Amino acid sequence: MGSDTSRARSDSTRVRRVIVVGGGLAGLMTVIRLCEADVPVDLVSLVPVKRSHSVCAQGGINASVNTKGEGDSPQVHLEETAYGGDFLANQPPIKAMCDAAPGIVEMLDRMGVPFNRTPEGLLDFRRFGGSLFHRTAFAGATTGQQILYALDEQVRRWETIDVENDRGERVPGEKMVRKLEWWDFLSLILDDDGICRGIVAQDLKTMAIRALRGEAVCLATGGPAIVFGRSTNSVINTGTAASAAHQQGACYANGEFVQVHPTAIPGADKLRLISESVRGEGGRVWVPRDRREQRPGRDVPESARDYFLEEKYPGYGNLVPRDIASRELFRKCFHDKRGVYDAKSGNNENEVYLDVTHLPADLLRKKLAGVLEIYEKFAGEDPYTNPMRVFPAVHYSMGGLWVDYERSAAGSVVVGSPRNQATNVPGLYAAGECEYQYHGANRLGANSLLSCLWGGMVAGPAIAAYRRNVAKSAWDLPSSMFEKAEKRAAREFDAVLGMEGDENPYALHQELGETMLVDCTIERHNATLDRVLAKIEEVAERSSRVGVTDSAKGKMNQGAQYVRHLKNMIVLARLVAQGARNRDESRGAHYKPDFAQREDADWLRTTLAIHVPGATGMHDSIRYVRSLDYSILGAPVRATDEVDVSLVKPRARKYETAGAASATGNPGAVPASSANTEKD
Amino acid sequence: MQKTVKLRVKRQDGPSQPSYWQEFGVPWQPHMNVISALMEIQKNPVTSAGKRVPPVVWECSCLEEVCGACTMIINGRVRQSCSAMVDRIAPNGRTVTLEPMSKFSVVRDLVVDRSSMFDALKRVRAWIDLDGSHELGPGPRQSQSDQEVTYSLSRCMTCGCCLEACPQVNGGSSFIGPASISLVRLYNLHPSGRMHADERLDAVMGAGGVEECGKAQNCVEACPKEIPLVDSISAVGREATKRMLFGWLLK
Repeated sequence: MGSDTSRARSDSTRVRRVIVVGGGLAGLMTVIRLCEADVPVDLVSLVPVKRSHSVCAQGGINASVNTKGEGDSPQVHLEETAYGGDFLANQPPIKAMCDAAPGIVEMLDRMGVPFNRTPEGLLDFRRFGGSLFHRTAFAGATTGQQILYALDEQVRRWETIDVENDRGERVPGEKMVRKLEWWDFLSLILDDDGICRGIVAQDLKTMAIRALRGEAVCLATGGPAIVFGRSTNSVINTGTAASAAHQQGACYANGEFVQVHPTAIPGADKLRLISESVRGEGGRVWVPRDRREQRPGRDVPESARDYFLEEKYPGYGNLVPRDIASRELFRKCFHDKRGVYDAKSGNNENEVYLDVTHLPADLLRKKLAGVLEIYEKFAGEDPYTNPMRVFPAVHYSMGGLWVDYERSAAGSVVVGSPRNQATNVPGLYAAGECEYQYHGANRLGANSLLSCLWGGMVAGPAIAAYRRNVAKSAWDLPSSMFEKAEKRAAREFDAVLGMEGDENPYALHQELGETMLVDCTIERHNATLDRVLAKIEEVAERSSRVGVTDSAKGKMNQGAQYVRHLKNMIVLARLVAQGARNRDESRGAHYKPDFAQREDADWLRTTLAIHVPGATGMHDSIRYVRSLDYSILGAPVRATDEVDVSLVKPRARKYETAGAASATGNPGAVPASSANTEKD
Repeated sequence: MQKTVKLRVKRQDGPSQPSYWQEFGVPWQPHMNVISALMEIQKNPVTSAGKRVPPVVWECSCLEEVCGACTMIINGRVRQSCSAMVDRIAPNGRTVTLEPMSKFSVVRDLVVDRSSMFDALKRVRAWIDLDGSHELGPGPRQSQSDQEVTYSLSRCMTCGCCLEACPQVNGGSSFIGPASISLVRLYNLHPSGRMHADERLDAVMGAGGVEECGKAQNCVEACPKEIPLVDSISAVGREATKRMLFGWLLK
């Protein structure tokens, strides 16, 4: 490597790294931005980064590039995102994200993401839920995979670039990115002032436990859907890292807001997602009008089909936001017993048809092959000729670690401020699904890839600014502090290895997951939630009596690792269920039939949960607060649960009428001449 | 009566330890795949002989055949275990046989270390040399037909099926394997990637490079994403030959 591949980033001989935990989109984007700011990184990931859950994102990424001449703009994107989220998200971060989106998609294009193209060779865009505009760029139906690969490649390039010290000399053996793959996050290392100085992590190949110093730590560890047992998520999404950080003082926000995706394939191990893009390209949801319809879906004539979403929501049709679509599907199957009839079982199953058989095979092959292939492989039926059978499944957590932002005078975010993406634990940052910031009470489809990338783009400069100004380096602290943290973690792990109780941790997790899935998702009732909370306590109590299924030392031990994840999942389950119990209103994904209205006077506020260490039992272990005091680089900050709705005024959320989601909600509502203005 | 799925698993307690076989029976469920069978073992880790053992260790993540993690040898064929549906691979109660991939070192049981594949991506410079992630406007225009080719190549999950199936990838050779050669083709097709095409070609010329392909064509058969690996190897081979013969003229 010549000097052109080396850049200055470190003082004297010490390489003062920042730790990024998680190698999905948010983590990788954070790493890239840190490297570009001359900050060397330790990238710690539970799996080889190329196998992160971001690969599962199918449909696309939103950006108001307006290449279709519809009059779309970042302002419309902001309005529809705020409205789609039922006004629970602070609006300046949404504005900053939507303004940046066209540039982000263009950057991905430059990185070589094979986005679909128009005949002119421009990026193609399709429709997604909660909008009437073509705003979603896509690479077939495996967009997340393709974007993850592009970022993975860029980070791999940084793995080959040398660290230089401040005199421009190469530091021998030190590369800008050092990857620790197959490492599990165990805990933060906090100094006596509560400032985050590193992490303790475990090498899953050898189970060796190590303390890592870091000038700052960024968690980009994804969502917690595995708390619900089966979901659309990868099995690694236990939320363990966010849970552990919360138990060490990080505030957790809006935990009760969990997105249920309307269309997934039921399965024994996983509920596989069938992307919203299927409906974006014209797929239609229906059930037979006849409750005892015996013909296979493809033989049911048009007149005998009930396109219930199109009928009830003529404006947005099959592309109503996910919370609404899921509730309608649930109502159809669960309450009205109108799911697809199975003559063999004599039951109306919890399934509706998702139909693309009327669409041209060539369009399906070019734009949706990846997802239709999943249906074919796992359901064993050809979706090109048979309507698919689907049901809702837990998909995404809007809630997560609380993070801050610095508001600009123009109502956006001050990029470069160390407050952006900062948790209330000084030196700890968070980006991606593990934090709560961008989606309010319901996320719009194709906004998650965007929020992951934008979160990373903001976190990188924020952390670089923090590192530049931090009063004391982690490398100036006594090594005894790190050794102590390492030893504590080793003792805890040894204790797990010695657990000989009669509870099987996998079976216990299954019990927890079933309760959460059945009673704490689409419809929530307080009496049921009380039972859920009692069940969580029961599982928590029994989890202290598990028998570790594998007591092997010094080599990969998934059984012992799982016990740790289970304990952390129980903490997250409490945050979801207790948050849901407390919030007596309906907003976005959180729906209580007994409190069917949104109550802005009482509940237009962020749920802020603080862990009470040492407490036993539900009511003691979470403290809900209305404000949060923390300090960053020595300066005190006070945050409250008030939501900044200064940019889009809250109003009733209705998708029956076309264009209701924004002021200029109809494509073509503005004259084509003004729609063609350059974005800037 | 409760149907049972029979599994025969090749196990290994750690790197460079001897391997051994164990058999398990787990309750059948509808739509069951190999992963859910392995999950049943976790809930009740007892062999068919009634012996309590540590559950089988394997790697998995997405469970929908886009991450590549859960690759193993199932009934003699390398593939992802998530998309191996029990009713199809073992009809009428036949036994499902699971082995770790043989071209990589075993970490434990069915988990292997594929870091050599990621190292190969460094060697071939499988990336676009980006000026930076700041805003620089849109990327180069590309035709729909070019996108169809690049998308098909870009779906490689680095799962290792093609290496496992390739007779040229073995203990006695340093052949880099089909996956990374195909990515050389991908990046050399991209309008900006092409600007560094020669560096990637240099990386697959010489020992362990594209010339060592024995044209068995097993790779394309084994690839779960139907990536045209043989075409990629031919295309990169042609470019490499051109560069070898005429490259000096351009210096």
